Formats: sequence, structure tokens, C-alpha cells
Amino acid sequence: MRSSLLPTVAHRLAIFAYIIFALFPLFWLLKVSVTPNDLLYSEGVRLWPSQTTFEHYADVLRHSAFPTFFKNSVIVSGSTAIVVTICASLSGYALSRFSFRTKYWIIALMLLTQMFPLVMLVAPIFKILSPLGLTNSLTGLVIVYSAFNVPFATFLMQSFFDGIPKDLEEAAMIDGATRFVAFRQIILPLTLPGIAATLGFVFTAAWSELLFALMLINGNDAATFPVGLLTFVSKFSVDFGQMMAAGILALIPAGFFFLLIQRYLVQGLTAGAVKG
Amino acid sequence: MASIDIKNLKKAYGTFSVLHGIDLLIKDGEFIVLVGPSGCGKSTLLRMIAGLEDVSEGEIQIDGLRVNERHPKDRDIAMVFQSYALYPHMTVAENMSYSLRLRRAAKETTARAVSAASQKLGLDPFLERRPKALSGGQRQRVAMGRAIVRQPKAFLFDEPLSNLDARLREQMRAEIKKMHADLKATSIYVTHDQIEAMTLADRIVAMHGGVVQQVGSPLELYDRPANLFVAGFIGSPGMNFLEGRAEDGGLRLRDGSLVVLGALSKDLKGQEVTVGVRPEHVVLHHEGEGMSARVDLIEPTGFGIIVHLQLNGLPIKVFTLDRSALSCGPNIGVTLPAEHLHLFDAQGIRQGA
Repeated sequence: MRSSLLPTVAHRLAIFAYIIFALFPLFWLLKVSVTPNDLLYSEGVRLWPSQTTFEHYADVLRHSAFPTFFKNSVIVSGSTAIVVTICASLSGYALSRFSFRTKYWIIALMLLTQMFPLVMLVAPIFKILSPLGLTNSLTGLVIVYSAFNVPFATFLMQSFFDGIPKDLEEAAMIDGATRFVAFRQIILPLTLPGIAATLGFVFTAAWSELLFALMLINGNDAATFPVGLLTFVSKFSVDFGQMMAAGILALIPAGFFFLLIQRYLVQGLTAGAVKG
Repeated sequence: MASIDIKNLKKAYGTFSVLHGIDLLIKDGEFIVLVGPSGCGKSTLLRMIAGLEDVSEGEIQIDGLRVNERHPKDRDIAMVFQSYALYPHMTVAENMSYSLRLRRAAKETTARAVSAASQKLGLDPFLERRPKALSGGQRQRVAMGRAIVRQPKAFLFDEPLSNLDARLREQMRAEIKKMHADLKATSIYVTHDQIEAMTLADRIVAMHGGVVQQVGSPLELYDRPANLFVAGFIGSPGMNFLEGRAEDGGLRLRDGSLVVLGALSKDLKGQEVTVGVRPEHVVLHHEGEGMSARVDLIEPTGFGIIVHLQLNGLPIKVFTLDRSALSCGPNIGVTLPAEHLHLFDAQGIRQGA
């Protein structure tokens, strides 16, 4: 059909343009990370350097504290993702299925927590965590990140639970399950896509968080990698090559994580449950 | 199997009352159909028996034991949902055995129960499939299999056939009836389809506005509806109603014209009444005999013919097997035979036998 050719081409071009726009910074990250230092400023603007090198990667891994930052980030993001997902599953289920008197207020309160600019809260949170010995510790970061991510994750999980017909757990309860068994054996397996999405969302949020990590942590021992990236900025120069190499390395676990969960993200597990 | 005794059962959501005191005794092995229009409370009643809705007032007894406070899992009843509610992540066999596995029944017992049920329902080739790979009718069968496997005290059906197409619905209806004849299980079946109610029930419970209107065998409800609601709800095409004042020799309509009827009860003379007559009982004649009526519309159904008439300005439906009605003129003669008239007083309550 000739008449539909033009819209199709325009559509593809638009998508292509968007992909270029979205991926170009990543490409630039990669390009700078493999450019030798002496070519970085001498070659002008080129899409790809005349010579490539992996020395920045070697430097980052061998001569910087980056492995420590990396380990800290994995611990903090992983723990936050798990804690938040467990809490959000339970609270999301409650909001989706039960009606109780304080429900409205709890939802309003959770929305309220999402309204403040985080910068406003840095000082009070520091004041609270400091006497508890939770500044400069990974546990402190996990607590703060969890607290900030639970409300949104709860709403996210609630919408996934809302999409699962009530009939299923009622059938399970009539079949002889308690509500909790029905939740665990029937509802949770069907919510895996939602759980995967929540895990992924919270993991990346914690992975790239800079503000609190910067304010609550000093010193290299408990620093996460966004803070660590700043160490490549010194008083008189910025080591762009190593910084970009570290950035690329930091992308790997996030990418790997999404590779693991993407199967659940795209899968519609509820198909066939009820008449569609 | 068990009897179910419902005593003065009430349900209210806040101040909004849904059921206004239901009394019903369901005998062991009986097939009861709850029928009524949407929002009449029939599904709520069923869900209360299942334990999915709290009881506001009154009592439910299963086998003589009060179950108001019992969780659904402790009531030992099975339910077939309108949506089938199959567990999508389990195979057909796993779906059917879920209740037995929850009870930690022995593996052999479970396997035997599942294979017996799947054989009975013709599900053998599908046991390892997931629900999404089944057709609507097959899913419906799995839902029934899931109920049979556990041999519950009672079966509850919540509009189980509403999602099927007409042909399949007819077929499954017969299968449900056969299954009940086989298992002799106490069954409560909710539907808004009066054909399902008529064909399946030992007794029909007709409900409207949260109140039981009439309880009785299908033919009792058909032949002697207790009030206007039941008269209008049961039967298709529906009963014809004529409103007016009872007089000697007939019914004086609002517009002053007289419809000639047989003898109306003497007690009702001068009172506002409604006369009902089923479409198949109206007798058609050639023009000039009986009362004259105008033909509005003729609907051949293949099996018979539905003729829409205007009798003194009132719409009347007639069902006839006589195909000559297809070629009738613009006017036709009708009589409403006295022995087939249903008489209701101003409150809509049945009068006479």
C-alpha cells in the first residue's frame, strides 16, 4: 500500500531520532573512556578517536578506590531494592484488597512524603541519624533510601495487585487456603512482573542516588560509586578518561540486573486466568 | 453432602441495605437456583454462604452447624465463578488438585480424584495445559472439575455460564444437570437467566430488591406466580399484563374500553387489578371473531411465531406454533381464555388459585 508508506517512514525516522538522542550520551561516555589522555584535547571533536586504549579501565580497577565504591553500591542498592519490594508488596496488597478506616489518610500521608524536595530534608535526616551512629554507614543509607522509595513502590505494587482479579484469591480461599497462603501461592507468582519492575525501579534509584550519599558519607570506606565518581574531579583537573571508564563499569550491574528481570517485565502472566 | 439453613439473613453496607431478611431451607442433595435481575442480592447471598461476605444479621447453618464466623476454607464448600478464576500459573491438573494439596491429601488419593474428575468432564487430553491454552468451555469444565475433585458439602455456582456463547451454554447446562444427577450434591446456582433456572432447578428462589419473592418448583413459579414480579420475570417471551378495573364480564381499561374476559372473581369487583396472560395462551382467530386487535409486528423464531398486537391500545405478545399467523392481515381476532388468566390485586399479589 503506497499511501501508508510515508507515515511508516516518518514513524520509523522519529523512533530512530529518539534512539540517537537517548543513546548519544552513552556513546560519548564510551568514546571518552577509550580515548588516550594525550588525544583527548588534541584531536578536536571526532566521533571516534584515532587510537583507542583501555588504560583508563586498568587504572580505575587497579589504582583507585573504585572497587570499594562498587561493592558499597551493590550492597546498598541490592538491600534497598529487597527491603522496599517486600514492604511495598505487603502494603500494596493491603491498599488494593482491604478497606479500612485509615486507608485514605495513609495514602494521603504517603503522597505527602513525595512532595518535599529532598534537599530540604538533608539536614533533619543528618540530625536524626548522627546520634544513632548511622551516618557514614551503609545501613543508614539503606534506611534512608528505603524510607523514600516505599511510598512510590507501594503505589506501583498496588496497581499491579489491582490488575489481578479478586476471584482468584477468593477461589483459593474456598479451596482451603488462608488469605496469606492465597497471597503467597496464587497472587505473588502472578505479580512477578510487578515485583521485577519494582525491584528494577528501586535498584536504579538507589544505584544513582548522589545527594544523600554525599551528605551522609565522608571518606572512601562507605562511599557509593556516584560519590566515588567525584573523586576523579580534583582541584586543578578532571580526569575525564578514568571518570568515564568508571561510569561505564557502573552501568554493567544495572544493565545485568535488567537483563535478569526483563523476562518478567514483558510477560503477561495473568493471561488465561479469567475470561479476557 | 449437607443441608443449608438460612435464617433471617440480612446484609447491609453501611446504611445501604442489600438483603432484607432471607429465610431459606435447602435440603440435602437439592438443586436450588437463585434467580433475579441484576442487583437483587442473589450473588451477595451466595457469597455470604461461601463466607466471602460477612453476615450483618441472621444465621447460616451448614449441616446444622452455625458457620457465620467460619472462614471460607473451613466451610467445606466449592464454588464455580463466573470468571472461572483458574490459577493461570498452574496446569489443569494442578488447578484441580490445589484444594487437595492444601489439605495434604495423599498423592495417590489426589491423583485418583483428579483423573476421575477429568475423565468425567472429558479433560484428559488437557491435564498438562495452562488455562490460557484452553477455550472458554474447557476452562469452565476445569472450574467444575476443581469443585468436584474435593467432594464438598455443597456446590455454589455464581453465574457459571454467563461468559459462554449460546450453543455452549446449552451444552454445559445439560452437563451440570447430569453432574448433579450423578453426584446428588447440594447445589446453589445463581443466574439471571430464567431458562437456566427453569431447566436446572429442583426449586427456584426468585429474588427482587433483596427480598425472596417466591420459592417453588419451576412449574409452580411458571403456572402460579405469587406476584407480578415473578409473573413478569419467569417466562420468555414475558407475560402480558392488562391493568384496569374489574367489572362484570371483563376489565375496564384506563381509557374506558372493556376487554372481554371470562369470569373474574366476584370479590374483586370494582377494584384495580392487573390481569396477566402468557403469550402462548392467547388464542388467535380470523378477523371478526373475539376481540379485534391490530397486528404491529411478526417475529418468526423458526420454532414458532411471536405476534405483537395492539389490543385497545395495549401491547400484547402472542406466541403461536401456527404458521398461518405469518400471513395474517392488519387486524386479527383474539380471546384471552379464562382458565389461563392470572389475577393480581393493586399491590401486585396473586388472587385466586
